Amino acid sequence: MGFGLLFLCISTAVFFLGSIIYFITIKGFKIISWDFITQVPREAMTAGGVAPAIVGTFYLTMGAILFSLPLGVACAIYLTEYSPKSFVINIIRMSINNLAGVPSVVFGLFGLAIFVKLFGFGVSILAGCLTLGILVLPQIISASQEALLAVPQSYREASLALGATHWQTIRSTVLPAALPGILTGVILSIGRVAGETAPILFTAATFYNRGFPKSIFSEVMALPYHIYALMAEGTHPQEQTQIAYGCALILLALVLAISAAAIIIRQKYRKAYEQ
Amino acid sequence: MHRIRERIYKVLFTLLAFASLLFLVGITVTLFIEGLPVFKEVGFFDFVLGKSWYPTYEPPDFGILPLILGSLWVTAGAVLFCVPIGVGSALFINELAGKRLKAVLKPIIEILAGIPSIVYGFFGMVVIAPFIQRLLNLPVGLTAFTGSLMLGIMATPTVCSISEDALSFVPRSFREASLAVGANRWQTLTRVVFPASASGISTSIILGMSRAVGETMTVLMVTGGAAVIPHTLFQPVRPMTSTIAAEMGEAVMGSTHYHSLFAIGLILFFIILVFNVIAELITRRFRKKLGLGR
Repeated sequence: MGFGLLFLCISTAVFFLGSIIYFITIKGFKIISWDFITQVPREAMTAGGVAPAIVGTFYLTMGAILFSLPLGVACAIYLTEYSPKSFVINIIRMSINNLAGVPSVVFGLFGLAIFVKLFGFGVSILAGCLTLGILVLPQIISASQEALLAVPQSYREASLALGATHWQTIRSTVLPAALPGILTGVILSIGRVAGETAPILFTAATFYNRGFPKSIFSEVMALPYHIYALMAEGTHPQEQTQIAYGCALILLALVLAISAAAIIIRQKYRKAYEQ
Repeated sequence: MHRIRERIYKVLFTLLAFASLLFLVGITVTLFIEGLPVFKEVGFFDFVLGKSWYPTYEPPDFGILPLILGSLWVTAGAVLFCVPIGVGSALFINELAGKRLKAVLKPIIEILAGIPSIVYGFFGMVVIAPFIQRLLNLPVGLTAFTGSLMLGIMATPTVCSISEDALSFVPRSFREASLAVGANRWQTLTRVVFPASASGISTSIILGMSRAVGETMTVLMVTGGAAVIPHTLFQPVRPMTSTIAAEMGEAVMGSTHYHSLFAIGLILFFIILVFNVIAELITRRFRKKLGLGR
């Protein structure tokens, strides 16, 4: 009886999640075509493709990762390899954990106040990349830290005993061993950035661009925001909903593929580690 | 030569580390600078306990109680959905699924945890809301209940995945001991394995709750957006996060409205802080109890 209940639980979860993916795939497939992916929107967003939104999401994601990857990994290296173990470091670790849980819309507020207004970047790709970069910074730091801490202490001792310096040990022994873990964390954050909407609402996104963005100071269309805008604005709800299904399918496929890649890498690495 | 290079790297990493910490501290500072003025302009209690939110009226009202209650109702509803389903699924994966099925289900659940919130919002808007409206014969389908359901579905993989981690931390010897003294599998599960991992599971629930409280796009799209104090789950509400998202575009920089949206952000920040501190304390106790290091 009890076990039946547990089976019911997982069936419910699988049913709901499965039906979301099923609905969006079925409806989205109807509208997706080569033109949908490669053309710009036409006729007041009721026809044509969503290429600028796809390109925009690519720019924002890449920019955010280029910004947060070096900072985050360096911060993790400092915290695990260089900093003295102390109360202060513990506090820092806890605040990084806390920031990982802060709602993404709050990061949007920060981006608006600092990058858009104070630094004067305006609503732009640059402001959006920086905001998204800071959003995933805590995640990248924690994931990298975990990967670095998982490297056995004996590796470091062996390397130092052979006469390698501190930096040589980090570069040639610790980092290679931690790389799969760091990579998993980074790929998972790429998936998260690609799907985030709230932080770019008032820092980067626009409903309609004539074509592709010209510089890092231009506003940009992005897939997740485009879905929202299609549902919230405009005057042709029916046609717009169809396009939104298409966007949702592209986004869903993109994000699921990215996280699947991350998890496959981790699975492989775990196996290698156990042997 | 080596010594100089070592020194340079150390300084470089220290600088980069403090640069990222600076950004992270910057968020907190920004929220305070931009949010605190509202407590002076409106008054702390009038702001937090004020019953009406009409920021663009003349004269405007800046009471966020309806927004706080909106967040509370939606989150509570979501928790009622995702906790039993998520924890139940975790127990199933850990206890009943064979090795093969487990190896498939666990990563799938983790991948599903990454579905973007906008997709849930969109699905809730075009499929679930009209369905609920027809099913319950409501004037609108965009209600607190719809939001709860979508957030509940969204948080389920998170709760399930972390609960399963907690369950797999329970040492095999616990199970073996219980079975050896004659308990059956169900008794072992409910009286030994589950209590041993209870604090780990509660951490997963708290993290699921933080996700539900902080979620923006889903609630913005499916809860209807009416800033009134809710009396039932079946009426539109306007949670805190969606208020920020919906109104920041129009708020004039430096106005009371602008500051009050930052103050809402500040309050969200503290709610998450409290959740995380609780989760951290529980995790520590859990580790101690099971005799795990770290």
